[in-house]
Amino acid sequence: MSDHPKIELQGVSKSFGSNHVLRDVSFSVEPGESMTIIGGSGCGKSVMLKCILGLMDVDAGKIFVDGEEITGMKAADHDRVRAKFGMLFQGGALFDSLPIWRNITFALTQGRHKRSSDMRATALENLERVGLGKEVLDLRPSELSGGMQKRVALARAIAPRPEIIFFDEPTTGLDPIRTDVINKLIVELVKDLGITALTITHDMGSVEKISDRVAMLFEGRIIWSGPVSELRHSGDVHVDQFVQGRAEGPIS
Amino acid sequence: MSETGILGSLVAIFAAIGKPVVGGFASVGRVTLFALQTIQRALTPPWYPLRLLEQLFQIGWNSLPVVALTAVFTGAALAQQIYTGGSRFNAQSTVPAIVVIAMVRELGPVLVGLMVAGRVSSAMAAEIGTMRVTEQIDAMVTLRTDPYRYLIAPRLFASVIALPILVCIANVIGIFGGYLLSIHKLGFNPSSYLEMTNSILEGDDIMMSLVKAAVFGFFIALSGCYAGLQTKGGAAGVGRATTNAVVGAFVLILLSNLVITLTAFG
Ligand SMILES: Nc1ncnc2c1ncn2[C@@H]1O[C@H](COP(=O)(O)OP(=O)(O)OP(=O)(O)O)[C@@H](O)[C@H]1O
Ligand SMILES: [Mg+2]
Repeated sequence: MSDHPKIELQGVSKSFGSNHVLRDVSFSVEPGESMTIIGGSGCGKSVMLKCILGLMDVDAGKIFVDGEEITGMKAADHDRVRAKFGMLFQGGALFDSLPIWRNITFALTQGRHKRSSDMRATALENLERVGLGKEVLDLRPSELSGGMQKRVALARAIAPRPEIIFFDEPTTGLDPIRTDVINKLIVELVKDLGITALTITHDMGSVEKISDRVAMLFEGRIIWSGPVSELRHSGDVHVDQFVQGRAEGPIS
Repeated sequence: MSETGILGSLVAIFAAIGKPVVGGFASVGRVTLFALQTIQRALTPPWYPLRLLEQLFQIGWNSLPVVALTAVFTGAALAQQIYTGGSRFNAQSTVPAIVVIAMVRELGPVLVGLMVAGRVSSAMAAEIGTMRVTEQIDAMVTLRTDPYRYLIAPRLFASVIALPILVCIANVIGIFGGYLLSIHKLGFNPSSYLEMTNSILEGDDIMMSLVKAAVFGFFIALSGCYAGLQTKGGAAGVGRATTNAVVGAFVLILLSNLVITLTAFG
């Protein structure tokens, strides 16, 4: 086991014009840990994930994966590092021109049409993990409900068995039972397969079920982070207001 | 005092002219960079032959009806115009010669280029733009498939291959349109019309037609894909990308057509 954190951010900043989304974000995630980021809508959680994946360039700061700096990395090296990641996009981002099974196996075939029967079996196996069955294999994403799309996107993210998975709001739009299925899946992936998970969620129930550690992003900085057991008595007024879901408080 | 006023307005005028000019140069630079980047990546594997076939079908086969219609009507109209114009100085007999030259060297490539640009650049921009705004392109990158190779290169190659074929077909149909009108309305003799057409056509004419077609094909896909990838901001953004793609392709086609024509005769 290496002594590096799996992911480390040092003073990361990112602006869109005058909109300073991330101001000075620093935190790290240890191997095999399940970390959850909470924070208000529009505070930059999704942007932060995209920076780590190299989909957006940071303005300042450094990002390390397994001790290797990825900010300013060459495209070919970046691609190698990306092999470690799986990402569930907030909006699903399924390829709407491809059937479900090709979506799920896209990372394995790299978009090429090969080994159809193996790939369908792999797709089905991953679909079953998210509580879907073979009846959706040949459908297109537009033929599924929002919650089903989300789960297919989740199946696509876990299919290549990456070392690190980012879940951007994995349970938003799901009914309470499906939510629990997904929460259990995340826990399983972390506990059984040793995956490192970084999750964004607004659902406090999920936070408590899936996380080892929690960090709160507010005004472009991590204002609090700690073990999930301390979330309810963090001593931080912002965290308290967020966790308790009150309209009155320092966050407006 | 009035001098500073004049100076001020001069500066304002220059600024008003300069800004779009500088902006224009900047976007020419960006598109050129995009083109070079795509070509560089397209020449190294992985390649996606199935995607290429799919695009060939989309761009080539599906454009046939509109290309055929345009060509046949234009060829016929052209024959009539040349006949009417030519009769003013007793040169009606030049109809077959001018139809074939005009069709093959200019109208075939330009009309096909514009028609296909309208169909295809817009479709490419809309499809890629939608993928951009719904994060499908980002997802593709995280799944380690290069969108330049998977999405852009097949479109670019398919377009460069399909256009010369479409233009050849359009040339033949256009000449045929002129022939039909000349025979049935203008009273030409069928066999002498065809003989005339045959004898006037040279390898250079066909070469120019094909070169133009390939260049236009490149610009059609380039404009569509570039606009698509640049898309920002939801459905309205996709709409803007579509418009930009078509306008960009039209400008590039008309401009490069003139450049090629002038170079060949220069
Ligand atoms: N591509 C972009 N261009 C410009 N601004 C952007 C872009 N992406 C995000 N932003 C801005 O960055 C800010 C943070 O967006 P982000 O999507 O990270 O929010 P979030 O924390 O994930 O919110 P939510 O919980 O609602 O998903 C927003 O103000 C948004 O307007
Ligand atoms: Mg978000």
